[in-house]
Amino acid sequence: MTTDGVAYERRSAAPVVAPTRPRKLAKVPFVELAEGRLQGVVSSGSDIERVYVSSVTAGEHGLSCNTNNNRPCGGLSGGSWACKHIQALVAEAELQYGTERVARYLKAEVADGGSVMSALRTTSAPNRAAEVFSSFLRHLAYLELPASTDPLPELQWFPAAGAVR
Amino acid sequence: MVPRGRGGALMLADALHAAPDGLAETFTLVEGLDDALTHGLARLDEERAGALEDLAAAFSGSPLADRVADSVGKILAGTVTDEHLIALAGARAALLGAAHDALLISVDTALGRTRAGWTAVPAAADAGHLLAGSRSWLRELAIAGWRGVDHELAAAAAQSVQALLADPAQRRLAVLLDGFAGELRAAAPVATLDRVPVRRWADLWTRGLLLSQDGYPASGAVPVTGRLLLLGVDLHEHPTVFQAQAHALVETGDEVRLVRTSVAAAKVDTITGPSAWRMLAGFPIFRLMAAGHRTVDVEDALLTPAGDLIWDESRATPGEAADPFTTARVRLAGATLPAVAPLDRHPAAVATPVLLEGYAASEAGFDIGGGVVLAVDHDRVPAAGPLTPAIVDASHACLGLLRWDGRWSVQPLAVQAIVKKKQVTAHVGEWANGPAEAKAAKAEAVAGTAVDVLRERAGRLLRK
Repeated sequence: MTTDGVAYERRSAAPVVAPTRPRKLAKVPFVELAEGRLQGVVSSGSDIERVYVSSVTAGEHGLSCNTNNNRPCGGLSGGSWACKHIQALVAEAELQYGTERVARYLKAEVADGGSVMSALRTTSAPNRAAEVFSSFLRHLAYLELPASTDPLPELQWFPAAGAVR
Repeated sequence: MVPRGRGGALMLADALHAAPDGLAETFTLVEGLDDALTHGLARLDEERAGALEDLAAAFSGSPLADRVADSVGKILAGTVTDEHLIALAGARAALLGAAHDALLISVDTALGRTRAGWTAVPAAADAGHLLAGSRSWLRELAIAGWRGVDHELAAAAAQSVQALLADPAQRRLAVLLDGFAGELRAAAPVATLDRVPVRRWADLWTRGLLLSQDGYPASGAVPVTGRLLLLGVDLHEHPTVFQAQAHALVETGDEVRLVRTSVAAAKVDTITGPSAWRMLAGFPIFRLMAAGHRTVDVEDALLTPAGDLIWDESRATPGEAADPFTTARVRLAGATLPAVAPLDRHPAAVATPVLLEGYAASEAGFDIGGGVVLAVDHDRVPAAGPLTPAIVDASHACLGLLRWDGRWSVQPLAVQAIVKKKQVTAHVGEWANGPAEAKAAKAEAVAGTAVDVLRERAGRLLRK
């Protein structure tokens, strides 16, 4: 018997997604890297009923920010300068996924020790609020699903995350 | 079994050291198919076509011979249908099932354990249209290959997953597809990925396709009454699920059986670490068992032939505390092991509870004698419990699960160790009611507000 590791390609339990790092959710309750975008939801500072739905496209770095009632964000107003919501979204994504993973997904060249925000070229992008908001609602809907006690044998392939080291 | 005597330890060491006959050849066939799935069935070159033909040849003379040969022929000719794909998935499952059996028998024999035989169970009710969506996505994946997965294809499972999640009877497939699709989304576009988890994704694809067939066997559970004695808790997680699975002994009359019993909750990726236990708030008796090692009396609880005791709080009464190490020392060796459900036979599903003592621990693993150093699976030491790699490496007794993933390793569920000249004991499930240690408790309190924030947001935004 050897103590040599087994090649990643030949491991059934090979880790694919790095564990999510814990962060406070009050300001930015939802962040995801999906559909070729960094996208998420930012709580309004002034109105508890309102959230901003913000996104940055991978590659082009196209920005979009609207309220959940589909009004354009005044800070962004169709331009290519990131509003405070997009800045918060990018910063929280870095906390959650780590700078490297966000930069790779967005295809941003981040200098050593730099932030993703400073590496974005930024342009304006079409409004994606409806898709992103429904993705957030799907996300929240998980918390409403009933618990399960039936056997789930496939979870042997999904060990609980180790500490972020 | 307790490999305490030298003889027992050496028998286990021999079993872990020796590779069963034919294991390497079996994996060569599996890897040929996995390679084809990596590059996509739509673009098979001569070498990959040859690997599929070898696979078909290996099944000649078996009950699957005609179906595998026919399907490989059609796929090589450019026709990829659900029927052809299930034959490939069935062939792969059969090969890995054989590898599983050989590996399990060698360990069962070395440990001197008795395993129950399988009893046939009827098929579950069909879910028809729900499964068609899942099969269609899995077909597109196989045609494109992992290397061909882009954002769009990775995201294309979403609708099927939502529909499956809405039906509690389909939770098993929903949880699998959601985890698999989540990995593909995170990895897309896969063409630019340095390393592709070839074996893993072929495993998940195969399991998904098997579960997407009509007439999948039902659980066949029967009621049992007795006392449950905890051995240890294993934790499972992907972005949208958290499961605590207890390995325990159930005493019914004069029979002692090894069982698993599990509780799982849906969650989101930002709920992780010890605060994931908050999602299992509806199972106070289970958490008491995990955190306080309490015995539990169960009355008419359902037990499947595969050894899964279906947890039901209304049929459970907590009793006294019982030390899992004592339970393992006294009762584990004589316990009957459950049969393995035929479709769940896979080396990666092996998780055999063992008590290891008197080994020499180091970073390389546990030296259990006979020249064998048993690797410790540090990747399976979760952040949601008090165990750390450092405590494991300083341990002298370990209650764990023997696993096989290209080699044998032990996943610790609890250890006894000497840290700073003090005897310490740590169990993975100990934080079921929150971390005992002050620093970890503070971190959990902060992270735990994630659950509250999301519930508040859900309350405000979801029901509009």
